[in-house]
Amino acid sequence: MLILHCPYCGVYAEETELHAGGEAHLKRATIGDSDEAFEEYLFMRENKKGVHLERWRHANGCGKWFLCARDTATLEVYGTYPAQTTEPPADIVAAITAKHPGWSWKEKA
Amino acid sequence: MSNAVSALNGQEAKGDVTVRELGLTGMITLRGDFEDENFGAALSQITGAGVPDVRHFVQAGDFTVLWMSPDELLVILPYEKAAETVAAFDAALKGTHFLAVNVSDARALISISGDFANEVLAKLSPVDMSADRFTAGMVRRTRLAQVAAAFWMLPDGSYNLMCFRSVADYAFGLLSTSAKAGKVGAI
Repeated sequence: MLILHCPYCGVYAEETELHAGGEAHLKRATIGDSDEAFEEYLFMRENKKGVHLERWRHANGCGKWFLCARDTATLEVYGTYPAQTTEPPADIVAAITAKHPGWSWKEKA
Repeated sequence: MSNAVSALNGQEAKGDVTVRELGLTGMITLRGDFEDENFGAALSQITGAGVPDVRHFVQAGDFTVLWMSPDELLVILPYEKAAETVAAFDAALKGTHFLAVNVSDARALISISGDFANEVLAKLSPVDMSADRFTAGMVRRTRLAQVAAAFWMLPDGSYNLMCFRSVADYAFGLLSTSAKAGKVGAI
């Protein structure tokens, strides 16, 4: 059972109160961008076995979207943070790096 | 004009824990920026209550103001006052970014009272209902088996639950069955 802390209402919500929203920190392609940028934005997604940054919605609760860093293989949760965040905050990165030295989000970028 | 009726017309299931639909009740969804001075002023001027703490409610006379999300409150009031109160919010908050909607007929309110009322809810929701964790004055939006619901604990130890009108019969059935099945004694 996955339990995530909602940063808006403070509830430790279990899986059935939540709705998964896919990869976090996507950069939206816009007018004037190349076909490759649109392809990246629309279709190319991480499919990690390991540390992943995801969007979740507290659907049966306060209804707000938030972001979460967790391990898809072990289900270890490194932390959750508000959706109004363009990159993983320092404390989340520190928690991940402690377990996975040298980790960085989207190494290929 | 047709007569307004509530979802279950005051249906009641008596027992050690009594489940009762509360009949016609006014409910207003109020959204806005809680930090905004105008918002707080309008709220206390119209309802007499301030902005409640996160996941709590405040009562002031006829009005109960419940925290629903970081930008949403629910005002519970007498049914016949709902329309005029929405108009009062519209006037007081004009020009700011807000929303006040009368949802009285879109929702149903159910009361759960009795000595193991917390267990009746605990069997249906993923919420820690132990007496020291869920206390009077607290509100929780969650799910009741398969539907969304919100419930809160009143000072007398009973609970009020709100759900969409369309699932009122389902929610009432769940609660009355849970109450009839008796006390588990786990919490």
